[in-house]
Amino acid sequence: MAGHRMRGLCAVLLPAIMLGGCINVNAPDKPIVIELNINIRQEVIYRLAEDAADTIEENADIF
Amino acid sequence: MRNFVRGGMLAAAAGAALAVGIAAPAMAQRDPAYAAARAEGKVGEGRDGYLGIVVQPTPALQRLVDDINIKRRAVYARKAQENNATIEEFAFTAGCQAIARTEPGEKYQAPDGSWKTRTSAPPERDPRCP
Repeated sequence: MAGHRMRGLCAVLLPAIMLGGCINVNAPDKPIVIELNINIRQEVIYRLAEDAADTIEENADIF
Repeated sequence: MRNFVRGGMLAAAAGAALAVGIAAPAMAQRDPAYAAARAEGKVGEGRDGYLGIVVQPTPALQRLVDDINIKRRAVYARKAQENNATIEEFAFTAGCQAIARTEPGEKYQAPDGSWKTRTSAPPERDPRCP
């Protein structure tokens, strides 16, 4: 008798507990833009320029 | 007999050298599928130094682009290390040059991320490009 009532209580409480654990996540309405080049400094680019040009010529099959 | 064996070995060595000599210039050229995808504007030079897909991707196109970008990244990694720079820095610099070298009709990525078709005019490049 007591076991039956206990089971009934669980049947009521369990969905309530599960629902309480839900977190709603809303998708942002704007696309997420990640700026990848923000840390690349011009002085570094100028230093690498000559080697980069040579690299393209030496690997013409993949450029 | 010894001379015959040595002669044979020399001939084999010459043959190997010839085979390498023939293979090396072929390596320096673009794969026909890649050359066609470039000319048709399906792929373009990205601003990050990697090849990008401009049209709706197909599995074959994705494979082609991935294959080239994996090879590019390996080259960038080696060169970046030699120059005490990051892979991203070297890749970006190479991207500046690769965009500058596009031919009219080919696609490239403008600084705002959009894909443009190269005309006879200079391409729109990042202001940091040399």
